[in-house]
Amino acid sequence: MAGRHTVFLGMAAGVGKTYRMLSEGRAEAGEGRDVVIGYLEPHGRVETEAQAEGLERVPPRFVDYRDVQLAEMDLPGVLERRPELCLVDELAHTNAPGLAHAKRYEDIADVLDAGIDVYSTVNVQHLESLNDQVTELTGVRVRETFPDSVLSDADEIVLVDLTPGALIERLRAGKIYPAARVPAALNGFFRIEHLEALREVALRQVAEDVEAKRLRLDVLPAREDRLMDTAAPQAVGERLLALVTAQPSSQRIVRRAWRSAQRLGAELDVLIVLEREPSASEREQIEAFQRLGSLLGARVIVEEGDDVVAVAARVARERRSTYVLIGTPAPRGALRRLTGPSLVDRLLLELPGVDLRIVAERSRREWGTS
Amino acid sequence: MSAAVVALVVAVVVVLVLVRRRHAGGVVPASRRILFPYVGAHLSVSALDAALRIARAEHATLVPAYLAPVPMAIPLDTPIPRACDQAFELQEAIEQRATAAGVAVDGRIGRGRTVRHALRELLADERYERIVVAAATGRTDGLSASDVAWLLEHAPGEVVVLRPADELALAAR
Repeated sequence: MAGRHTVFLGMAAGVGKTYRMLSEGRAEAGEGRDVVIGYLEPHGRVETEAQAEGLERVPPRFVDYRDVQLAEMDLPGVLERRPELCLVDELAHTNAPGLAHAKRYEDIADVLDAGIDVYSTVNVQHLESLNDQVTELTGVRVRETFPDSVLSDADEIVLVDLTPGALIERLRAGKIYPAARVPAALNGFFRIEHLEALREVALRQVAEDVEAKRLRLDVLPAREDRLMDTAAPQAVGERLLALVTAQPSSQRIVRRAWRSAQRLGAELDVLIVLEREPSASEREQIEAFQRLGSLLGARVIVEEGDDVVAVAARVARERRSTYVLIGTPAPRGALRRLTGPSLVDRLLLELPGVDLRIVAERSRREWGTS
Repeated sequence: MSAAVVALVVAVVVVLVLVRRRHAGGVVPASRRILFPYVGAHLSVSALDAALRIARAEHATLVPAYLAPVPMAIPLDTPIPRACDQAFELQEAIEQRATAAGVAVDGRIGRGRTVRHALRELLADERYERIVVAAATGRTDGLSASDVAWLLEHAPGEVVVLRPADELALAAR
C-alpha cells in the first residue's frame, strides 16, 4: 500500500513551511512513530535547525557538478532505512545530473510507492499551471516547476499562511535570508503587492482543494463503480456504442450517445473505423475525439478495416454493447439499393438483439429548431 | 451529335452532384480555423454572431471551445460530466446558429486548472489562424481582463477581442 503524502504549501520562502513540517514530524515521533528527515534545506535559519534537532537524518548524498559539490536526498538510503514517515523539503527541486530522477517529487513518488508516508514542502509559485500567472504577478519566471498532479494526488495539503506584513518583518529581521541579501529581496520578489497576490493564489488553491476533495467523495466512487461494472445504477447493464467517422459532424452523434448513456447510467464506447490511411485533418479529429472521450469518461476505439459494418459488429460483440448509435447514412443510389443491403440493414442483421439508433441531422429538420 | 451527348452527360452529372450536395445538407469544413473560446453558462449571441460573420467572410471553420477549469485536487484527466453537459448545451446552440449561417463548426472542450491553462492547452494541441474571444460583461460570461491580456501577449496568430453589447445570451440550463 502506498504511503500518504502531506504537502505543506506556502506563498513564498520564509512563511514557515519547513518549520511546520518539522514540528508536525516531531509530534508524530512523540507519538511513537518512526520518523526521519529525508532531506532538509535549513537555509541557515536558526529556528529551523532547532526544530530539526532530535530527529534522525538520513545523510545527504553528495554529487560533484561543475566543480561544485551538491547535496541531494539519498533516495536509496531512505528506501533502505524504511521509516514510517519521511520529511522531505522542497519537492519542486531539480536534482543534480546523474541521480535516479531529474526531480525531487519523483524521488518522493518512489518513497510513497515503498509504503512510506511523506511530509513535503513547496511554494505555490512552483505549480506548473500557475507559472504564467505567477510570472505576471511578480515579474519573476520560476524555473523549477512541478506538475499539478503532484498536488492533486496528495492526500492532504496544509496551507502555511503568514500575512505579507509579517513575512516582510521576518525578512527585515534576518530570519529568512542573510542581511546582505535583504535589500535585494525587498526590492524584488518580496514586495508587498507580490506577496499579497501570491497569498491569494495559495489560499485559492487550498480552497479549491477542499472543494474538490468534497466533490471527489461525492463523484468519484460512483465513477469508479461504473468503471468496474459493479454496483452502478444501470438499468439492465446497458452499454452504448457510437459509430462515428473522423469528421466534426460526428461530434453530434457522440453528444447524443453520451446524453443517452447518462440517462441509462451506461458506459459509452466511441468507435472510429478507418478504411484507409487517415489524412492530417482526420488524424487531428481522431485526437480531438480521444480528448473528448477522456473528458466524458468514454472509451474511444480506433480500428482499421475495409468493412465498417463487420468491424462495428465485432467491436459491439466484444464490448457487449446493447445500443449502437450511428449518424444518418448518406443517401444510396438506385443501383446500390439493388445490389446490396444498406448499412442499417446489415447492422441489424449482424447484431440481433442490439438496439440501433440513427441520430438525425438537426439542420435537415423541416420545422426548424427551437 | 456526339458532342451534344457528352455535354448532356456532363450536365446530368453536374446536376446529380449538386442535388446530392444539397441533399447532404452539411457545411463543408474549411481548412482555415478560427478558435472561439468561451466560458461559463451564458454566451453572448452578438459575440457569437460576430465570430460567425468573420468565419463566413474568411471561409473558415469556427472552433467553439468551452474552457472547463478542473479543481486542483481532482486529477486533470478525470472525466468532468457536469461541465461537459453545460458545454454540450451551448455547443448544440452554437451549431444550430452556425448551420443557419452556413459556417462549418468543429467544437472542442478544453480543460485546465484555470481558464488560462485550458486555453494554453488548446493552443498547444491544435493550429488556429485566428482567435475570436468575448470579454466578460455584466450579463454574459467571457474571458477576464487578465486572461484577455495574456492571450494578446502569448497567442499565436491574430486575436480579435469583442466586448458584446450583451442584449441576448445563449444559456445552458
